Amino acid sequence: MPSITFVHPDGRPQRIDARDGESAMQAATRHDVGGILAECGGNAMCATCHVYVDEGWLARLPAMGGDEDALLDGAAAERRANSRLSCQIKLATDLDGLVLNLPDRQL
Amino acid sequence: MSATSRIDSATPERSAPAGVPHLDVDPFSTEFFEDPHRIHDVLREAGPVVWLEKWGVYGVARFAEVHAVLNDPLTFCSSRGVGLSDFAKEKPWRPQSIILEADPPAHTRTRSVLAQVLSPTAMKQVREHFTAMAAAKVDELLTRRSFDAVADLAEAYPLSVFPDAMGLKQEGRENLLPYASLVFNAFGPPNQLRQEAIERSAPHQAYVAAQCQRENLTPGGFGACIHARADAGDITAEEAPLLVRSLLSAGLDTTVNGIGAAMYCLARFPDQLALLRSDPTLARNAFEEAIRFESPVQTFFRTTTREVELAGYRIGEGEKVLMFLGAANRDPRRWENPDRYDVTRRTSGHVGFGSGIHMCVGQLVARLEGEVMLAAIARKVASIEISGPVKRRYNNTLRGLESLPITISPA
Repeated sequence: MPSITFVHPDGRPQRIDARDGESAMQAATRHDVGGILAECGGNAMCATCHVYVDEGWLARLPAMGGDEDALLDGAAAERRANSRLSCQIKLATDLDGLVLNLPDRQL
Repeated sequence: MSATSRIDSATPERSAPAGVPHLDVDPFSTEFFEDPHRIHDVLREAGPVVWLEKWGVYGVARFAEVHAVLNDPLTFCSSRGVGLSDFAKEKPWRPQSIILEADPPAHTRTRSVLAQVLSPTAMKQVREHFTAMAAAKVDELLTRRSFDAVADLAEAYPLSVFPDAMGLKQEGRENLLPYASLVFNAFGPPNQLRQEAIERSAPHQAYVAAQCQRENLTPGGFGACIHARADAGDITAEEAPLLVRSLLSAGLDTTVNGIGAAMYCLARFPDQLALLRSDPTLARNAFEEAIRFESPVQTFFRTTTREVELAGYRIGEGEKVLMFLGAANRDPRRWENPDRYDVTRRTSGHVGFGSGIHMCVGQLVARLEGEVMLAAIARKVASIEISGPVKRRYNNTLRGLESLPITISPA
């Protein structure tokens, strides 16, 4: 069971236990992580589960799809090189310890 | 009853599959439209899969099964129609949609075009204008105080922004709501609502077909953007008008009923209006929760492409499965206090916009309209009171009101 950490914009870390096979977004909504809205429920439609992947982890994530890439251009907060949509990050034990930074806004 | 029993007798005799609980409720009846919640409860509690004798179809009303069917589009397909009519056996009443009534891989290409035309980036372009129009509408209504929240707000506001955003001409716009109403009635069974809607459809169909053509769409609008994708080679010139038609079919009546649902909620639950007023940033969630609570789009069908087991029940190939989105959105297995309208609820995951590859492609437009309207109300309106008889509008798929007389006071 992977454990991942969301870091809020004020620097506060929130560590949560995720289930194998669920997305980082699903884990966040299940644990009520405030900075993840996920309006579309994980269908890669809305760009409201935007995260900045912590240094070192980016290369270990599955590659970004075309839909996700296009959606990130429309994200409310600034898009950076380490921007991803957390609904597209599927968790497994190899991502145990993953750190995701939350943007200051999702809308 | 006489009109429907004639049709019943034409329906081939279907026997209830063994083991599946069978029910004699009609989800396309006036009784159901007036109070779906009681029957939703019966459907959910009867079992994860039920058989609806009246129309010879399977039904799913629990969240888990509705979500599962929505997310298995290769087994539960859309290309045989998302209404009761099976396109493998019956000619569609209009040329088949190339997005709603399509399966992968054909669907993937057309879907991608509309998703980009209505993307978060595209919403940033229209947001300011939609916001200003919502504020102006609420200001205007505050000078009147008493009005019909359906005609004067839930219909008037989307009509003041969406047709312009599409790039439609001024003339003929009165056809838009009747056309949408027809489309959503046509997903239902061959009852009086569907038959009458189709009988009266010719002028509305002619209007919509003409507006889908490139020369009738203003440059810069959503419609012109779709045609531009044909130039880029993403779709053919013949496909572009059909994708414009999808937005004209599903882009207006849905938001009308969504905003209407939100107004009806705020009028009935003053504590929630007070919460919204104390924090107008709740506007977007207040709208989303109204979609969950009322589920303006109540049902869609799928058709099985093979024999499949669902929640332990075997369903054969070529069977219609009716998904009760509204029942799933109030399933106590998934939602705490499901019958409570709560503007602070974490709404993510509701199926009011569907789920999976066919999830409402215009959901960002709907949320934008809903959010800016409720934000304007939160800032400008102190109270909402129902001041006359509330009348329901009957449609085979859409849940909403015909009339909601209210009186508002300024903040």
